[in-house]
Amino acid sequence: MKNPISNLQKVFESRIRLGIMSALMVNDMIDFNALKELLGLTDGNLASHLKALEQKEIVAVSKQFIGRKPSTTYKATEQGRDLFRLHLAALEKLINNQ
Amino acid sequence: MKANFTNPNEDLQAIREIMERSSKFLSLSGLSGIFAGGCALIGAAIAWFFMLESGRISLVDYLRSPDKLSNSEMGFYLSLDLLLVLAFAVLGAILFSQRKARRAGQQFWTKTTQLVVVHLMIPLICGGIFALILLFQHNLMLVASVMLIFYGLSLVNAGKFTFSEIHYLGLTEIVLGILAGLFVELGLLFWTVGFGFMHIVYGTVMYYRHER
Repeated sequence: MKNPISNLQKVFESRIRLGIMSALMVNDMIDFNALKELLGLTDGNLASHLKALEQKEIVAVSKQFIGRKPSTTYKATEQGRDLFRLHLAALEKLINNQ
Repeated sequence: MKANFTNPNEDLQAIREIMERSSKFLSLSGLSGIFAGGCALIGAAIAWFFMLESGRISLVDYLRSPDKLSNSEMGFYLSLDLLLVLAFAVLGAILFSQRKARRAGQQFWTKTTQLVVVHLMIPLICGGIFALILLFQHNLMLVASVMLIFYGLSLVNAGKFTFSEIHYLGLTEIVLGILAGLFVELGLLFWTVGFGFMHIVYGTVMYYRHER
């Protein structure tokens, strides 16, 4: 049997990244400030995790202006969703095997 | 590989919690429902005991002949009663929910709150307009039924973005509305059950399930 741990994604190791992806799985897109409030993080902390997810093409960023205010919104890419589902399934398997 | 995955249970729990919190309006307080139900009961009692003189005056007679309604003060006082109930119920819903959000250290006016309000308002405004149409068409017999059905549809619609009890309260209101349409003589009774008792029942269930 394949070891379920092999499907766990290293990129989702941190609880913060899990939180970011959880929110993006059930919302089409979320802006930076809403994400910050939801997870109770500081700007820098959230930004660094988002940067990492962006580099791995797990989240996609779009910047636009609402009126004169810049707004940065994030969404999960298809690839990101697939990876997250894989990760979730692995977590569940791990629990069932315990 | 570093085995940092020692607690999948906690991970899954955190995931579920964030998914729910980011997509659902969880600040809605059961106390809002209890308070709204109380307002409706008081409003119905005022209508029954003071305006209809404990049933000596038949509301149905008035609704059947809108001329009689518009030629008397009854129509004015009934509308005033209804609007006051509505105003207090909405105010209570906002205040209790704000309080719940504050206590949980969460924002009240978020994107999900807006989603709930928009989805609530679409059938509700349609129902309001339709009730006005009934008024202008001099056909008020179905007004209790229309209020209950459209309110029920609003709750089912908004229920997608909040606690599941709201969905079931909506279905209950729809059933009561249909019954109120079948038994038009009992319109006030169904109205009182739907807007009074059911709010209190579901509000209490929500309070005990989610706020204790």
